[in-house]
Amino acid sequence: MRKLPELNAAGNKIPNRQAICETLMEAAGRDRNVVALCSDSRGSASMTPFFEAFPEQSIEVGIAEQNLVGISAGLAKCGKKPYAFSPACFLSTRSYEQAKIDCAYSDTNVKLIGISGGVSYGALGMSHHSAQDIAAMSAIPNMRVYLPSDRHQTRKLIEALLEDEKCAYVRVGRNPVEDIYSEDDCPFEMDRATILADSEEYDAAIIACGEMVRPAVEAAKLLKNDGIRAAVVDMYCVKPIDREAVLTAARRAKLIVTAEEHAPFGGLGSMVSQIAAAECPRRVINLALPDAPVVTGNSREVFETYGLNAAGIAAAVRGAEEFL
Amino acid sequence: MADHDRTDNVMKDHKMTNSELALLSCRLREQTVDVITGAKTGHIGGDMSVMDILVMLYFRHMNISPANMDDPDRDKFVLSKGHSVESYYTVLAEKGFFDFEAYKNSFSRYGSEFIGHPHNTIPGVEMNSGSLGHGLPVCVGMALAGKMDGAPYRVFTVMGDGELAEGSVWEGAMAAGHYHLDNLCAVVDRNGLQISGRTEDVMSHEPLADRFAAFGWHVIECDGHDMDSLDAAFREAEAFRGMPSVVIAHTVKGCGSSVMEDKAAWHHKVPNAEEAAQIRADLEERKEACRHA
Repeated sequence: MRKLPELNAAGNKIPNRQAICETLMEAAGRDRNVVALCSDSRGSASMTPFFEAFPEQSIEVGIAEQNLVGISAGLAKCGKKPYAFSPACFLSTRSYEQAKIDCAYSDTNVKLIGISGGVSYGALGMSHHSAQDIAAMSAIPNMRVYLPSDRHQTRKLIEALLEDEKCAYVRVGRNPVEDIYSEDDCPFEMDRATILADSEEYDAAIIACGEMVRPAVEAAKLLKNDGIRAAVVDMYCVKPIDREAVLTAARRAKLIVTAEEHAPFGGLGSMVSQIAAAECPRRVINLALPDAPVVTGNSREVFETYGLNAAGIAAAVRGAEEFL
Repeated sequence: MADHDRTDNVMKDHKMTNSELALLSCRLREQTVDVITGAKTGHIGGDMSVMDILVMLYFRHMNISPANMDDPDRDKFVLSKGHSVESYYTVLAEKGFFDFEAYKNSFSRYGSEFIGHPHNTIPGVEMNSGSLGHGLPVCVGMALAGKMDGAPYRVFTVMGDGELAEGSVWEGAMAAGHYHLDNLCAVVDRNGLQISGRTEDVMSHEPLADRFAAFGWHVIECDGHDMDSLDAAFREAEAFRGMPSVVIAHTVKGCGSSVMEDKAAWHHKVPNAEEAAQIRADLEERKEACRHA
């Protein structure tokens, strides 16, 4: 358990995708088997520097997501370590069968990087939102699903993924997210959630992933001012979910709130509820996007509309006062 | 390694003549029929049309054997038309990857490792297939890896002709042409039938050769049941530089017996006792013809 971190003032300009590019460039310099593939998406993926620095380790497949993933699987089968970048909305659905068969079922070392995930594309609409990717990818046996929370954790995650030989799906957003951790202080253990709390026992546990972790931490601080003790569980490893962390949260808190940039079905909230219900029943409130096309707007506006921000998360905890 | 050395190297382990390969193919058809009648399931029509292609690849042109499966320079093969798994596994057993009887006696049975589509826990199988249109993109990746590493291996995939309606086939074809993957050879088992009927009635593919050519492929057409014709096609594919090659092998679905030849109903059908007897008699006759060829 770690104390709730002090939060920097707003101002981070580096999106998680850029952290991925930088980490992969370091790896590619050491290991010529590290390769990157894009589907006309190198700009959106922040991968232009990689493509320029390592042209022999870069493959463009054009706007063809099935090809992107199938080709990646073939590369992996021949000893390469492919990182396939495509907008999460297309990667998780257009090439879903390739993820299922060529990656997970055939057990190839393909890392699928879903960029501009969730509602990052804002006003571009439902075609460009990936509110189903956690559910879809998690349902595939042998597929892992990661939603890192900030650029520092993203780097740690990619460093860990470079060391293993199994397939995985990683979703990151388009826009910079404010830091939670720092370069010198980023606790990370592969497939273990990071629990942030100022006390051993707490009233509420907020379990969040991806871009929802930062507002969850902000919410915990708002609640502290109200005398409500809240812990934050940074569940970047949505699958394999850190069961122990969920149960720790359930045992130590009277209420669990989950927060995710995803549809209300089959995502983090569903998984947490399933575990808690089976082993340590607690009131669980799931905060998620609606089961409908979302309101037109940028990420911040969309989050605000559906209570997926610090105020909304804190309000959800306060609103469940009878459980506290 | 120079290319002609590669060919010689592959050939030295493959000493059977084309007539002997034709005879082997007949015997493996018989064994495949045994597997299907025993398991009471199987895509027999496509098994029979693809058998000569598989035999020519595994016993003449591909550098793949149980001894070299850990060698990164081995050739790579993906059966994209995964439903022809029965003939594929019969060929792999004949190559010594596993025991034929063990396969025959457990295929598709409860708890068996021998699932009804290729599965890469089985020795000799690189990739799982079953859903059509996956093999070519995967093989493009394998061929790209070979080019990146300057590796001598070649990559082969066999697709069905009904499979060509899958858009992903053409995504793969596009990339193979774009990257000039001359270490890649795709084969189309052009038997003209799919489960619903004639391919040209279900969804037309002609002019198929022109379509591949337009995607930047070197196109070779051959008689998919004539070992000399298949042999020449694969030699030409290997020798051709600067483009991937596709061998459009003209075949007959159910080839080997009048019971099932060119009949869409035999896409997935288990012969009854009478039909099985006739199939065996027809295959025996075919073997005799090979012996006297």
